Formats: sequence, structure tokens, C-alpha cells
Amino acid sequence: MLNASLQELASALADRRISSVELTRSALDRIAAENPRLNAFVHVDEEGALAAAAAADARLAAGEAGPLTGIPLAHKDVFCTAGMPTTCASKMLANFVSPYDAHVVAQLKKAGTVLVGKTNMDEFAMGSSNESSHFGATRNPWDLARVPGGSSGGSAAAVAAGMVPVATGTDTGGSVRQPASFCGVTGIKPTYGVVSRYGMIAYASSLDQGGVLGRSAADCAPVLSAMAGFDPRDSTSLERAAEDFGRDLDKPIDGLRIGLPREYFGAGMDDDVRAAVDAALDTYRKLGATTVDIELPNSKLAIPAYYVIAPAEASSNLSRYDGVRYGHRAADYADLADMYCKSRAEGFGSEVKRRILVGTYVLSHGYYDAYYLQAQKLRRLIAEDFRRAFERCDVIAGPTAPTTAFELGSKCDDPVQMYLGDIYTVAINLAGLPAVSLPAGFGNGGLPVGLQLVGDYFAEARLLNTAHRFQQATEWHKARPAGAGDDEGSPT
Amino acid sequence: MSQADWEVVIGLEVHAQLTTASKIFSGASIAFGAEPNVQASAVDIALPGVLPVLNRGAVDRAIRFGLATGARIAPRSVFARKNYFYPDLPKGYQISQYELPVVAGGDIAIRVGDGDQAYEKSVRLTRAHLEEDAGKSLHEDFHGMSGIDLNRAGTPLLEIVSEPDMRSSAEAVAYAKALHTLVRWIDICDGNMQEGSFRCDANVSVRRRGEQAFGTRREIKNLNSFRFLQQAIDYEVRWQIELLEDGGSVHQATVLFDPDSGETRMMRSKEDAHDYRYFPDPDLLPLAIDGEWIDRVRASMPELPAELALRLQRTHGLSAYDALTLTSSRELARYYLDTVDAAGGELAKLCANWVMGEFSARLNKAEIGVADAPLAPTRLAGLIRRIADNTISNNIGKKVFDALWNGEAASADAIIAAQGLKQVTDAGAIEALVEGVLAANQKSVDEFRAGKEKALNALVGQVMKASRGKANPSQVNELLRRKLTN
Repeated sequence: MLNASLQELASALADRRISSVELTRSALDRIAAENPRLNAFVHVDEEGALAAAAAADARLAAGEAGPLTGIPLAHKDVFCTAGMPTTCASKMLANFVSPYDAHVVAQLKKAGTVLVGKTNMDEFAMGSSNESSHFGATRNPWDLARVPGGSSGGSAAAVAAGMVPVATGTDTGGSVRQPASFCGVTGIKPTYGVVSRYGMIAYASSLDQGGVLGRSAADCAPVLSAMAGFDPRDSTSLERAAEDFGRDLDKPIDGLRIGLPREYFGAGMDDDVRAAVDAALDTYRKLGATTVDIELPNSKLAIPAYYVIAPAEASSNLSRYDGVRYGHRAADYADLADMYCKSRAEGFGSEVKRRILVGTYVLSHGYYDAYYLQAQKLRRLIAEDFRRAFERCDVIAGPTAPTTAFELGSKCDDPVQMYLGDIYTVAINLAGLPAVSLPAGFGNGGLPVGLQLVGDYFAEARLLNTAHRFQQATEWHKARPAGAGDDEGSPT
Repeated sequence: MSQADWEVVIGLEVHAQLTTASKIFSGASIAFGAEPNVQASAVDIALPGVLPVLNRGAVDRAIRFGLATGARIAPRSVFARKNYFYPDLPKGYQISQYELPVVAGGDIAIRVGDGDQAYEKSVRLTRAHLEEDAGKSLHEDFHGMSGIDLNRAGTPLLEIVSEPDMRSSAEAVAYAKALHTLVRWIDICDGNMQEGSFRCDANVSVRRRGEQAFGTRREIKNLNSFRFLQQAIDYEVRWQIELLEDGGSVHQATVLFDPDSGETRMMRSKEDAHDYRYFPDPDLLPLAIDGEWIDRVRASMPELPAELALRLQRTHGLSAYDALTLTSSRELARYYLDTVDAAGGELAKLCANWVMGEFSARLNKAEIGVADAPLAPTRLAGLIRRIADNTISNNIGKKVFDALWNGEAASADAIIAAQGLKQVTDAGAIEALVEGVLAANQKSVDEFRAGKEKALNALVGQVMKASRGKANPSQVNELLRRKLTN
């Protein structure tokens, strides 16, 4: 039943054909069975989940339910959850319990969802493979020797493996879309400012944005609608009216102009990815869309700009982890400086340290202009590229990542190679645009390939519509990795 | 060479704590004196995931300051992060303004010295910017460890930076006092220096007279009284001159003033200075201030002390010194104006004398503020009217003032009546007293006639004494002189 759509689950819950407690129980069972080999969850709250499910059942019985009441979900461990560990998959916060809920967590709680646990991730959301987690790497359900992508790799693997129907993620440079692509699920990162960052532990504040991973665009839509909205506690949250992002799901896409950036289809993309993306574009043409060639001339500058801006912000954002008030503190130290050095040296992993060093460097006196200011200029150029492109098309399509999921350990010694995997995703964060990754077929070794759709600002409903029409016409999103369990009988 | 061969150059940075109810980026209270850490919210403690939200009340106050000093108020200013590690800085960075401050330019008029030596000058302001305060490190009572109190973390500050326009410690103090008056006057800072609401850093350098280039400066941190400001600058100036005259050179440094020894001592040299890695805070949008916001603040501005002082000179006929003294605080000015209102505009000068004299002296003695004075302006005005119309003398007036201050009666008239203090102006009665005194003080009479003018004062004193202070002194004086010279 964990393979059913959210809509099917909601109607089964509403009709009392299944209870939220039963649904939650089956999610917990599945997590218990699968997590030892996948390591997708870093914390499971069985007791809390069952209590929340019982409360949801009461609301369902009283006829007070909404579309998400009683639906089990998981949060990426970057979101603060009161009374439950919030670790960012770091030793630094291994024992940290937040006294408050993130806005996203509170919103989804209010919507009646049942939080079953927290998912694994790259430490402080820094990474593209989930290998930098203090709690060990998450494995890709399609091939346990491969990474699930990152940094929301735990959420992607959990959804792919049928542990939960939906999970939250965050996306700073592709951290929702790339793991969605690697794990064969659908992921959406909305326009910067649509989802409050309050309680979402910061990696790079001007780029971080909360998102959703689910099995389909139709499943992502109501979750995004529930977690979005203006929050006065986040000064970068946009004052917009509440929105039903699923309102246009079924709209026909005849005449939709899909822009194909020349820069996204050049060298660097693996052939199997190219084949799947090309086939997906054919499907779109059959559905009545047209494709137009466009240019994003500054695309090649996105990775260098991103790897200046994101570490710069991170180096400052992570300064609060000093061992003084909470978090890891070294056991022995000679003085204050020694306490700082040892606590941070012990508490942070190597990728986090690398980015703190890079960020500190690019903000230093004498280097700021050459790196940080220059990167900000590139950022504006990149945003301008997109603005011009959207004069000629409605959505932009291309591969989410140049490859399918790679093998664990294969890129750990070569961070630049790892960073280059973000080539199609980081520009979208630099511009603050919304984007979706959806399953578009399989490449070599039966590994999922993701198609990325990028929309103009606030085009979330259109992106979900575009993705949903594709999913109405294809079966890719219904494919399940071996061991993820056959459909245990649709409740309908 | 001597000190006179050197020119002193001083610029001041003042941190004024703003009078908002809550912190600049969180909703926690900023009230002074609470138990440690009870006024530190999740944002102030810098828990993971929290974000700053700007308190617009702090911006209102920055705009007030800009308007009061004729400065430019930036339509767009930017909050930046100043990065450094310290246990009382929870985020590991302070949110401040760096490249684009909210207020730029402006000036403050100061009056330096007394009497004939007094002069006026204008001190230019470089900028004023908003920032958050840090917490406090407590180094006592923790058995070798340090305690951290984050109540103060996030308290809104306006950092007011002057140009290096001051040329003596007296000018620096006059500037600091004028600024202190102004920020209280426009109600953006309570000015409480003991609680740290108004703290001065002084940048001090010296150069040989006639030299164009500034000398190397040293910054004296955290001076929390005008006296310390003066002492610290004077010491620092002597120290720098001695060093230079001995062939040494000043190195840029930050120093602390020790009030016990009266000396400054090095805190850190320029070489140890932090690289603060300033960059725009991505959690806060640029601060946009439109004309409407400025107009709204302008509409709530009181008449400024400089404007009022000018008005008092022009329409009340007061001296520049009196006008400056009466406008040293908004409360005192209000008290004076209310007294004049009740006494009548023609008595303004007399009102000024009483408010600056007896009234201010009483406040000081009682160590209370104007607001706590037990004497309403209308009652003081009642007393002043009786002096003006010769019902009582100035000296008897002091007696009546005491009685009013002590609450012995509700009006000057009631006290004058009850104690029989009405001045004797009846010429016959005074003449009788005068003759009695002349008869009994032949020695003084002889001395006066021998040309000793002072002897007259003794005789006047005797007559006043005989009248128990009630005789009109000028009548007494006149009559005595007539009788003695006839």
C-alpha cells in the first residue's frame, strides 16, 4: 500500500478502508526491514509516529481531515524537530535536540501528516552523494553499491524504497533534484523564498530552499502546498497568498514551449542519460509540446560561482558551532582557542571543513573582490540568461545530472569531479528559480535517469503540471527497485 | 618641544543603545538588570536554524538621528556580517552595517569652554549605522571558567562615527556631551552611561603643528564617563608626544583605559587585528527607507536643542551660555519653558536664573532628575513673580524656595504670609532701622567716610539683619548712602 499514490491513500483513509495507524505501522515495518541495508534514516520515532497517527485517525473519524491527514512522511535531518534529534548528519550536532519545530515541520504537522523519522543526508547538506554523513553513507535502493545522490539522499532513498510515500528535502545546488534523479523519484525545489527557511539549518542562506521528494508530481504538489507560504520569521520569505500547486496538474500542455539549452546537451553528459532525455523530449512532443533551442551562455560559470558563494556563506553560517552553547565540545582543551579548534576539528567532517576553508579564504581581506564580488556578478549574469531564455520558452528541459548514480567511494578523493556533477542544477539556485526532476527512464545497469524541468519564478504549478502530464503518459515513475516490495495491494 | 608644538586630532565612535522594547533581530526584551540569559531567545542564542528579523523601531530611531543631525538617510542600506569567534558572540558573527550605512554625514554643533574663552564649532559626522550588541563574558565566580550572559546579545545599537575634527580633550568631551544630550532629547537612547547605554571609543593621534598628514592613531576603547574620556585622552596625548619626542613612533593599536592608574594600556596591535570577512548578510534583505517612512518619523520629531537654544536667545533674551545650559536636557528645557509660561515671558531671564541656579543645585544635592523634583514649575513661577514685584527679596526668595521644595505650603504667597516674609518697603520704617544702625556702628561710619567703600556693605548687612531680611535691600542701600554722604 506504500506504493499507492497520495490521492489513493487519502481516499482510503477518508473512507476508513485503512487507518493512519495501519499505514504508519506498515511504513515503520518497512523502515525496520530496509534501513539496515539502505541507511536512509538516522532517526525513527515509532512511538511519536503512532501517537500522531492515532490523532490523525481521530480527526479522520471526526470528518476534520485534510488531504494530508494521516499520511506518513519523513523530514530530512536538516529540519529542526522539537523533541527529536536534529543532527544535520554531523558529529557536531549528534546529540542536539531542537526546542522548536522548523516552519516546514510545523506546517506539515498542522496539515495532519505523521512524522516517522529523520532521513540521512550529506553532513550539513554539503555533498552530492550522502557519503559525508557522520552516520555512514546511504545506499541507492537500485544498486546498493551506488550512492543515492545528495544531499537529500536519505529522503530520495526512503521514497524510492517505499519506506514513506513522501519526504522533505532541501536544495542548495541540486540537493533535491539530483538524488531524485539517482533514485528514480520526483523532486521539486520551489522558487527561492516560497518555503520558509526558519528552522531549516543553514548551509548557504541565499541558495537554500526546502523542497519535496515523492513518487510523482501529483504526490509532491499537496505537500509543497502545505509547507509553503509566508513566514514573518524568515526575512527572505515572500509575502504571497497561499497557493494550491496542484491546481493545474491535469491541464493539457499543447503548445507548451520547451526550451533546450544548448549548453545542457553538449559534451560531459553520459550517452545513456542523453538517450533517456531525448526519449523523454519525444514524449513531450507527442503530448503537443514544442521544443526550441535556447542558449544559457553563462552556464559554464555556474559551478565556479556556486563554489565561491555557497562556501562563503557556509563558513559564516557554521561559525555558531563553537562548542560553547550546544553541540560537540572537545573533552580536553588548554584554553579558549584550543577549545574552538579541537571542538570544530573533531565535530566537522572533511567536506564541511573544506568548504569552511574555501569560504573563509574567498571572504578574506584582499580576496573578497576577486572571488566573492566576482561570483555575485556572475550570479546576476546567470539570472539574466534565464530571464532572456524565458522570453522564448515556458519551461526549460534537460538532464538533471550528467550521469546516473555513481559507485560509492568513486569520487570521494576528487571533490572537483564531484562538484562537476552539479553542472545542470546549481545555476537554478543561483537564479532562485523553481525546478523539478522526474524519472525519465533507465540508463546502463538499470539505473534511473532524471529529467530536469526549470520554470520561471513562481511557475511551480506549471512545472508540476508539465511533469504530471508526462507521468500520465509514462510508467517510469512507477518502477520500483528490486526489494522495494511489490505493490502490496492497492487499497482502492 | 612642548605640548604646544603638537596638534591633537581626535575622532569619536559612540555606541548608543536604542530605546526599543525588544532586540534588533529578535523579540526578546532588552531591559537592563535581568538574571543572566533569561532575556535570550532562540535567535539570540543562535540555535541552529534561527533567522534574524529586523526591528523597524530601531530603524525609526536611526532615522530620527539622521534628521536631527542634518544627515543623509540612505534609501537603501545593507546589513553585513562581521565574522569573529568569541564566546559572547553566539553566531560567530555580528550583524552590523559596513559599506552602506543607514545614516551618512550630518554634523553636531558644540560649545567649548566657559566665559570669554568659550567658542563654538561644528563636528562633522562620518556615518551612523545600526548593529547588534554582543553578550557579556563573566570572568568571576566560575572557578576559573567563564560564564556567558546573552541578555545583551542582540541589543540594538547605533554606532555614531565622527570625523577626526576635535583638537583637544575638551572638544571631545563637549562633542560627547552634545551627542549625549541629543540622543536623549530625540528619545532614541536613555544615555545611561553606567549601564553602558552610551559608550565612547576615542581615536587619538598627534602631529606637529603645521603638518598636513594625520599621525598614527590609537583607539581607546569603551570609555563610559565623560571624566574618563577626558583623562584617557589627556594621558594618551602626553604618552604619544613623549614617545615621538623621544624619537619613537606610534603604532596603530587598540588600547584600554584603566581608571585606577589613569593610564592607557595596549589591548591589541594592528598586526593582531581580525580579518572580519565582512559580507552582506544573506538572511536580511537590504533595508529600504522611502520618503514616506522618513516623513512619518519627521512628523514625530521634537524641536531640537540647537533650535530651541537659538529661540531662547532670540525671544527670551538669554545668553548663549544660559540657552545651552537650559537645553542640556529635554526635561530641564521643558521645566524652564513651563516656568516661563506661568511666570510671564517678561520674567524669562529671572526664570532662567532660578532654574539654572537654586533649582538645579537642589536636584544635584538630592541626586534626582527633573521629573522627580517635588516642585512644580507653576509654584516656582509664583515665587519668581513675588521677587519680580518686590514683595520679597532674592534672599528671602531662597527661604521661600526651601519651604516650597519641602512641601511646607502649596504656594509662595502662602509661605510669605504665614512666615511674615513680606518685604518692608515703607520708607519710614526703613529709615528708623537705618538710623538705629548708624548710631550703633560709629566705627563703620567713620571708615566709610574715610573712603572705605566696603564699610557700607557691613552697614547694609546690619540693617538687613535688624529687619530680619525683610527690608528692601536697594532701598536700604540708597538710604544709607544718602545719610552718610550728606
